[in-house]
Amino acid sequence: MKRPLFLARGPYRRRRLRDAARILPFAGAVLFLMPLLWPSRGTGLNGLYMLAVWLGLVAVAAVLRLWLGDESGPED
Amino acid sequence: MPFNLLVLSCVSYVVFLFLVAFIAERRAAAGKVRWLRSPLVYTLSLSIYCTAWTFYGAVGSAAASGLEFMTIYMGPTLVFVGWWGLLRKLVRIGRQQRVTSIADLISSRYGKSNLLGVAVTLISVVAATPYIALQLQSVVLSFGVFAADDREGTALWVAIGLALFTVLFGTRNLDANERHTGVVTAIAVEAVVKLAAALAVGVFVVWGIAGGPSDILARITAADRPEWALEPARWAGLTFASAAAVICLPRMFQVLVVENADETHLATAGWAFPLYLLGMSVFVIPIAVVGLEMLPDGNPDLFVLTIPLEAGRGDLAMLAFLGGFSSATSMVIVAAIALATMLSNHIVMPIWLGLMRPAVSGDVRRVVLLSRRLSIAGVLALGYAYFRLSGGGEALASIGLISFVGVAQVLPALVGGLFWRGATRVGAAVGLTLGAAVWMYTLFLPSFGAISADGFGIGWLRPHALFGTEGMDPLLHALFWSLILNVAGFCAGSILSFPSPMERLQGAAFVGVFDTAPGPSGWAGGAPEAEDLLVMAQRILGEETALTLFQAEARAQGRAGYLPDPTPAFLERLERRLAGAVGAATAHAMIFQVAGRAAVTVADLMAVADEAAQIMEYSARLESQRQELTRTAAALRDANAKLTRLAEQKDAFLGQISHELRTPMTSILAFSEILMGDVAPEDARRQAGIIHAEAIRLTRLLDDLLDLSVLESGQVKLHVSDVRLRAVLDRALAAAEHVRPRHDLTVFRDSGAEALVLRTDPDRLAQVFINLIANARKYCDAADPQLRIVVRAQDGGVTVDFIDNGRGIPRPAQASIFEKFARLDESGQAGTGLGLAICREVMMSLGGTIAYLPGQGGAAFRVWLPL
Repeated sequence: MKRPLFLARGPYRRRRLRDAARILPFAGAVLFLMPLLWPSRGTGLNGLYMLAVWLGLVAVAAVLRLWLGDESGPED
Repeated sequence: MPFNLLVLSCVSYVVFLFLVAFIAERRAAAGKVRWLRSPLVYTLSLSIYCTAWTFYGAVGSAAASGLEFMTIYMGPTLVFVGWWGLLRKLVRIGRQQRVTSIADLISSRYGKSNLLGVAVTLISVVAATPYIALQLQSVVLSFGVFAADDREGTALWVAIGLALFTVLFGTRNLDANERHTGVVTAIAVEAVVKLAAALAVGVFVVWGIAGGPSDILARITAADRPEWALEPARWAGLTFASAAAVICLPRMFQVLVVENADETHLATAGWAFPLYLLGMSVFVIPIAVVGLEMLPDGNPDLFVLTIPLEAGRGDLAMLAFLGGFSSATSMVIVAAIALATMLSNHIVMPIWLGLMRPAVSGDVRRVVLLSRRLSIAGVLALGYAYFRLSGGGEALASIGLISFVGVAQVLPALVGGLFWRGATRVGAAVGLTLGAAVWMYTLFLPSFGAISADGFGIGWLRPHALFGTEGMDPLLHALFWSLILNVAGFCAGSILSFPSPMERLQGAAFVGVFDTAPGPSGWAGGAPEAEDLLVMAQRILGEETALTLFQAEARAQGRAGYLPDPTPAFLERLERRLAGAVGAATAHAMIFQVAGRAAVTVADLMAVADEAAQIMEYSARLESQRQELTRTAAALRDANAKLTRLAEQKDAFLGQISHELRTPMTSILAFSEILMGDVAPEDARRQAGIIHAEAIRLTRLLDDLLDLSVLESGQVKLHVSDVRLRAVLDRALAAAEHVRPRHDLTVFRDSGAEALVLRTDPDRLAQVFINLIANARKYCDAADPQLRIVVRAQDGGVTVDFIDNGRGIPRPAQASIFEKFARLDESGQAGTGLGLAICREVMMSLGGTIAYLPGQGGAAFRVWLPL
């Protein structure tokens, strides 16, 4: 039952990728809330910014999926 | 466009969907499911999140308040790109526990408590009713755009049509945990239509009407108005509400968890679903801006339709109309399936179970299916009634948001249950009740003026200013207070109460779902009779499925036949299997009725304690090894007893055979001596007759013995030909007539199934059938003896079951009836004790099998032949 304290390079990298997958929604939330902090720049520019963030999230999630997709290991 | 033409195109679209669903079900039945259950179809089916509300209403919302409509998509986007954290756990638990709905998940997590199941069901139904009404309204509105001569009753016909479709494809198989391949495929097709429509209208607006992206940007800047500025509180609050809703909406839970065929699909949906949402919303602002320019007096909710019409593009408008129609229909179909499963599993079934005690008798399958179908009709009727009563006045977006806040009340109990072992049933119940009550009081009831705004004259009770919090947006006010009180109640209730053993067990199983070592079973302790379990399982899962399940389990335990040992592990698996059909709480209650004892005690729970887990695990292993040994010893004892019995029977049989040989011999000798003397001719004839009959008896006995020895030596010659099963059965029934001819036996057959053509030796097969039918005639002791002959194709062969309604064969004797010389009783029925042994040998030489089928309410034999 006892889990190892230190990991080899490969598993270590995978764990950090899992961390990234967990952090992603929070990063997205912060980016989505950014327009509230700016002085109004108009609906057009704000809209473009939102679409760019959105597309960025999709891209990062797609890249993470390449590494994490087929894993179904235990929670670390 | 004339009204009739519009109706015609709608009907042909629906017929097309019918065909899609039908073909998908056919392919699934034939096992060709590879692309039907691909990540792509899974992702597309998630698009039921985009209802008619988002299809039409997003543009309306953008015209009124700018970018705010995006919040409805931002929440789901964040939840899905973060699938690794929450959704993965949800889906894993859903699959492991065979969860049938979100109410079932909550009920199962908190000790299989049906009270919580009922609470979640009620909240979901109340929240979904206006939402369904909204879909009907959107279809009616979009009809109105095309056909000036709008008719009454459009909504009614749409509701009836949807109910029909849902019943046809949503309740085909009982196991709610089985996937509805047809429905999901049809929804995936609708998702493509929706997206294509939204993109086509958007492209037309940007490049057809405006002069490309830069022109659109200029127009947006020109059209910008002060009320389009972002409101921080609503921006954040609505994002949160939509994130909660995408997890808690019953229909989303249905496609996300229940219909999930493979966990890895979730990883694809993690980026593909946000991309779909992006596609649905990228052109919303351009459409709104251009619409406001072109049609300043038009209803912004319908710009998607009216802009193409105004520009003379009827074809594009038709595509947009079908897109909206798809959004409405797919949402209603899945919502109806999800709500009907919840209503039937958590409200109808427990009541019926309480009234009828059906573990003892009655057909459960039919009741469940019927209650599900009625629930679907009921849910749609409720939606229609709300549509009529409310008159369809409000802007589309506000109704949807009211529903979102309602279902968000499930979130604390859900997320708390997944990550916090200390969450208890009391806490969940208190939180849900408080949250739902506050939502009703501050948002739902005021939405149609069912409550006065002055709070019964008490200042701090005003529905839009609880505790004096004035000036908040009413929606955010309701969201804030309902969830704050919900979470507070949930935490306080959980901390102050003490969970029952079952709750703690389920809590550990849910929170630690990724720790692969299984926890202690919920059924440690004594054991019910396996045959009783089989009888119950057959009535829920269906005869074939239950028999297959029990047979596989028995084989895994190293036993032949259909009755495994009722070990705790088996009980647990069986319970989960049943839960897939009737929900966790009901399944638990039904097994409890058969087992008749408390499932788990605090002492059993000691094994859950983390500190002692390792020692406990070790001793549990020892314990299971001990049980294994006990079982092996029992099996050995069984075998020994069988051998002893056989040896005794063999001796007895040799004695008997000499006796049986000697009795006719003696009379033959005696009468032939008399015949050698002087006898009158008529006496001589009588005595010769006796000699003849006795000689026949002798021959039959010797024939049987000879037959058996030939069969056993494997030197039998088969005369194989193509023959219809019906002909063999007809022949066997006719031949068996002479056994107890005055004994009436009613035979039930299924001539349709018997039309099968077999390639086998018809004489040998008929011999087996004659034997089984003759046995029924001889031994069936019912007052009104009946024999059912059931024919089914399965496992690449055909099974023929012979089931009578007599006393059956007692458990201890079942193991040895196919042995030679085995005879059940000494009641004096003439028989050599070789019949079934011969049957077994014949079936072996035909490449088939014969077995005793327990739990059928009488003696039952199953003959299996390869096709």
